[in-house]
Amino acid sequence: MTSELVGRAVLGWRVAELVESWPETASARALVLGVPDWPGHRAGQHVDLRLTGPDGYTTERSYSLASPAARSPGGWRLQLVVQRVQDGEVSPYLTDVFAAGNLIEVRGPIGGWFVWSPREGGGAPVLLVAGGSGIVPLMSMIRERRFRRDRTPFRLVYSLRTQADELFADELNRPGIGDGGVETFVVRTREDSPRSGRPAGRISAADLAAWGWPADFAPRCFVCGPTGFVEEVARLLLSLGHSPDDIKTERFGPSGP
Amino acid sequence: MSTLQGNDFEDGNVLGGPFAEIFVHDLTAATGRCRFCGLDGPMAAVHVYARAPGVVVRCPGCQEVLMRLVSTPRGLELDASGLAHLSWRL
Repeated sequence: MTSELVGRAVLGWRVAELVESWPETASARALVLGVPDWPGHRAGQHVDLRLTGPDGYTTERSYSLASPAARSPGGWRLQLVVQRVQDGEVSPYLTDVFAAGNLIEVRGPIGGWFVWSPREGGGAPVLLVAGGSGIVPLMSMIRERRFRRDRTPFRLVYSLRTQADELFADELNRPGIGDGGVETFVVRTREDSPRSGRPAGRISAADLAAWGWPADFAPRCFVCGPTGFVEEVARLLLSLGHSPDDIKTERFGPSGP
Repeated sequence: MSTLQGNDFEDGNVLGGPFAEIFVHDLTAATGRCRFCGLDGPMAAVHVYARAPGVVVRCPGCQEVLMRLVSTPRGLELDASGLAHLSWRL
């Protein structure tokens, strides 16, 4: 690892302010946090958020960063997407109560392995495979590519339940300037996809063979989603001949982020 | 809270935050070797059970415990006896 961000000394908690937020889907909300003294981050990294109750009880959760490290005239901005977890302790607060001007503690950036930057890999193509809200750190990579004016060929295979669950739908379906060379294929598990003619169903080796890169191209593969999804996709990629060394995975456990 | 199941784990990518209180360098960027089966691999790929009291880190190869991190009233306790080796490329 050559990044100056990897190997950074002990991470402390910083105070962040919610600058703005909007619904990404019926159950997911995008949050933009303003952090005055953010050190920057790499695509794929995440942060921990810490909530403290009036009685001093604290709880922490990890969330992937959705956008590149960019400093606006108002200071550093971090974008996260929070999926509301039924009966969750933290996510219902963040999606339903947390309002512009409210403060929260943030620790990061975290993670030095599940990261992508244009300078790495010698131009090898990239395959991104997302399950549900596992799209968030992968979207960060697509946005980093655009932000850095990089032209590495990207393919995204995005598995979700129904169209209504799709995060970043506008951005992915109508690629803008700088997104030439990013191809997106959506796999729906609970409804048919009329445009591609693909029937409802879980992601398969045929999907990855059709929409991923041939193993001969030695693409770097990034897989993120619930544990079961990630295990299955990693197994399918190996069965298609991809090298374990080229597959990086990030699981977000049973309850989701 | 849901019942624990066989695949009820997260992976080593979540270790960066909690272990930042102990290690100067990012644990998720390290390579570790299991003392039990000898598997050498990225710490980002280990299996993490964070719903136990504390954090339990298991080898993705043989499922033996590599590390335990527990916060107690007396302070922070780390047992890393399942690891033969940790290395960082800096």
